[in-house]
Amino acid sequence: MDDDAEIIAEFLVESHENLDQLDRDLVELEQQPDSRDLLSSVFRTIHTIKGTSGFLAFNRLEALTHVGENLLSRLRDGEMALDAEITEALLAMVDTVRALLNSVEETGGDTAGDVDVESVVAVLKALLEGTARTGEDPAVDSEEPPGTATTVIPAAEVEAPSPAIEPVEIPVADEPADASFVELVETPAADDVIDAKRGIVDASVRVDVDLLDSLVQLVGELVLTRNQVLQRTEGDEDIELVRAAQRLDLVASELQEGIMKTRMQPIGQVWSKMPRIVRDLAVQLGRDVNLVMEGHDTELDRSLLEALKGPLTHLVRNALDHGIETPEDRIAAGKPGQGRLQLRAFHESGQVVVEITDDGAGIDPQTITRVAIQRGVITREQASRMEPREILNLIFQPGFSTATEVTNVSGRGVGMDVVRTNIERIGGTVDMQSQVGIGTTCRVRIPLTLAIIPALVVGEGDETYAIPQANLVELVRLEAEDRERSVEVLAGAPLLRLRGHLLPLVSLAEVLGRERPESDALTVVVVQADDLRFGLCVDVVHDTQEIVVKPIGRQLKTLPTYAGATIMGDGRVALILDIPGIAHSRDVGQHVANAARTETRAAESEDTTALLVLEVGGGRRAAMPLRDVSRLEEFSISKIERSGGAEAVQYREGILPLVRLAPAIGLVESVREDDQVSVVVHESESRLVGIVIDRVLDVVDATVVRSEVGRRSGVLGSAVIQDRVTDLVDLDAVVSLSGLGA
Amino acid sequence: MDHSAQYCTFWVDGLFFGVAVSEVQEVLRYQQLTAVPAAPEAIQGLINLRGQIVTALDLRCRLGLAARPADALPMNVIVRSRGEVVSLLVDDIGDVITVDTTTGGGLELEPAPANVPSIVQDVLVGVIPLPDAILLVLDADRAADVTAVPETTGGTA
Repeated sequence: MDDDAEIIAEFLVESHENLDQLDRDLVELEQQPDSRDLLSSVFRTIHTIKGTSGFLAFNRLEALTHVGENLLSRLRDGEMALDAEITEALLAMVDTVRALLNSVEETGGDTAGDVDVESVVAVLKALLEGTARTGEDPAVDSEEPPGTATTVIPAAEVEAPSPAIEPVEIPVADEPADASFVELVETPAADDVIDAKRGIVDASVRVDVDLLDSLVQLVGELVLTRNQVLQRTEGDEDIELVRAAQRLDLVASELQEGIMKTRMQPIGQVWSKMPRIVRDLAVQLGRDVNLVMEGHDTELDRSLLEALKGPLTHLVRNALDHGIETPEDRIAAGKPGQGRLQLRAFHESGQVVVEITDDGAGIDPQTITRVAIQRGVITREQASRMEPREILNLIFQPGFSTATEVTNVSGRGVGMDVVRTNIERIGGTVDMQSQVGIGTTCRVRIPLTLAIIPALVVGEGDETYAIPQANLVELVRLEAEDRERSVEVLAGAPLLRLRGHLLPLVSLAEVLGRERPESDALTVVVVQADDLRFGLCVDVVHDTQEIVVKPIGRQLKTLPTYAGATIMGDGRVALILDIPGIAHSRDVGQHVANAARTETRAAESEDTTALLVLEVGGGRRAAMPLRDVSRLEEFSISKIERSGGAEAVQYREGILPLVRLAPAIGLVESVREDDQVSVVVHESESRLVGIVIDRVLDVVDATVVRSEVGRRSGVLGSAVIQDRVTDLVDLDAVVSLSGLGA
Repeated sequence: MDHSAQYCTFWVDGLFFGVAVSEVQEVLRYQQLTAVPAAPEAIQGLINLRGQIVTALDLRCRLGLAARPADALPMNVIVRSRGEVVSLLVDDIGDVITVDTTTGGGLELEPAPANVPSIVQDVLVGVIPLPDAILLVLDADRAADVTAVPETTGGTA
């Protein structure tokens, strides 16, 4: 019902506008009665109103416009000439249409009895019949029974939504209207109806998109100026000035939000076309498909919406052509005959995510690999080193198509790469996941808007650079000591051990063609582009800011390093880093793929375990499974309190009992030189226990071959980890030995 | 036919250049520049022109002339080029001159002399021999095209 109301509201706004145009056209038409252009324009307007009113079941409106249309079509085809009388009748028709539209707006129907449709129809018909009698004998006309206008419907109009409705009957039928509607009408005189308030029309205005764009631009400037003003007035002694600046801040923020909203449109606009596309394709391809759509009202910037149309349609086509099988195949595979295609849109961390999921045959990585090798997209050697996920994403490579036969729907070898290019052009990403026999999900991520984005501002040398938040994963700060331990150089490539995984490092200074600065500490911005993840080493991290993305000149567009530029609060220009561009130009892709492989291998294979390796009892090594570690904490010794014989610290608004690992596994507690203790927080049956150790050495993925050597209370045994014998801590025993466990 | 044309003039390393006033948006004093690492050499940086980001291009470098002394601050001649706005960094700004061929007599645009270095010739529409100087009329579009500069051997369009 809401949908209906929306459609009706749109219809009203559009019709009122069209009618205003119509008035002007008709008056102009009187001056130049033989202008085909004007006549066609008038005809189209009435035709549109007729079509929509038929569709919305506004029968009186439809009947009226139908007769008017017939008259206009004669005029347009030159069968009749416009004279004052006809103009008068047409203007009367326009007024009546207006009155009916008002009635629709006020009552929801066109059945209000006070609008005199019949007499206008009668006048129009009389005019029509007048020609029928004096007409220059067109065959159609002579066959026409007097009093009907049906047969003069021009051929072009046969496809109108409801040609079946007999216009003859409707004027006669005095519409035994819905009583509820009639009661609602306050029976204004016909003339008043015309002037009655147009709530819906007044409530919305059509605005030129260019104007909106320039408003967005201006608001961007305003936001920047505000930033400048705020920076200058910070700590100023002039209280009034500071207040004014704060007001400016508020107003500018709200204005920005409001302006951005004007450009936001629900994704439903694109989706509304999908049911038809899916239906037509399903028929064409012999599929039976149930289309499910979720998240109609997810909004995004209209320019992005436009750009999304093509790729989405293509993905939907693909899902039908390559994804969902024919009903016979589906039933043979033990699935219901009707396939399911789901479109889902939602907001997630400042981005819009659109998922296209089908429950079809899925994509077989082996087929992809074979075709990719055959087409020379990759070499056999490369293929053997690729992850299934990477293989799937090969379908986005140019010149790749696995359709065994070329249909006129898809499978011409162009497409997916274009989809990806188009999505990346608007700052989005696309990703495929598929399980053979179960289905495929294609996930498209796009920013909410292009104009203003949150970004991390970093400093390198004297300049500042912005990294789009969308590419940001985390920040890692390594002090000198950690740096030595965590950063390794593998054949010239610096790598960071981050929670047991290897992360390729790229120095921003080097990307910018400068010398890598020598410093003890290291600040790493972990960034992600497509499925590549790497660490960008920067000098300084400033803060996150909303920045206005501005294009850069054509001389710089070929540089892969920059995505654009922005103006900072102090008025200086800062370049926006293009993370995918940097990744490709620095060729970190390969390293990342390798790193990702280690990651997946570790996760997939069952015989390796992620272990926390630690030092305890003065240089002895011990290890415990990483999954048993909730957190790593450092406490000042002065924080440790005693309760009875037990030690504890206040932790997260509770008490964390401490167990010293060394005595618990039969070692001698080492003497600490500093006043900090390292604690592994372990959760045991929803209770937290802090295990005091000397220090954390590393996190490793290792195949644990347990040996009975060293087995004792609190120790399961030992294993060789990183070429050294390491005790395997029996956490349960340690916890229960200390009388803290269950 | 109107035989007069107006040129905005400026000096670059002793050369007297002119750009048709219709192509010039404005002339500015030195503006703070944001360097663009890894950009073509002629790109000196970006300037903030009332919220618009404008690429600043050093004409000395673009034309293969000697570098500007470190203490001399360049001026900006902001020109419109292929729908964008580009700043040409020059040494000094001259007057706007009107070259009137109907009264000046013989002051017509001539092709650049053949012995002018090709890198300079490439960006010229032609030269006008004024009584007291030779005006090099610059083609702003070609001057602003720098992506192709490093390899080109002088392929004018």
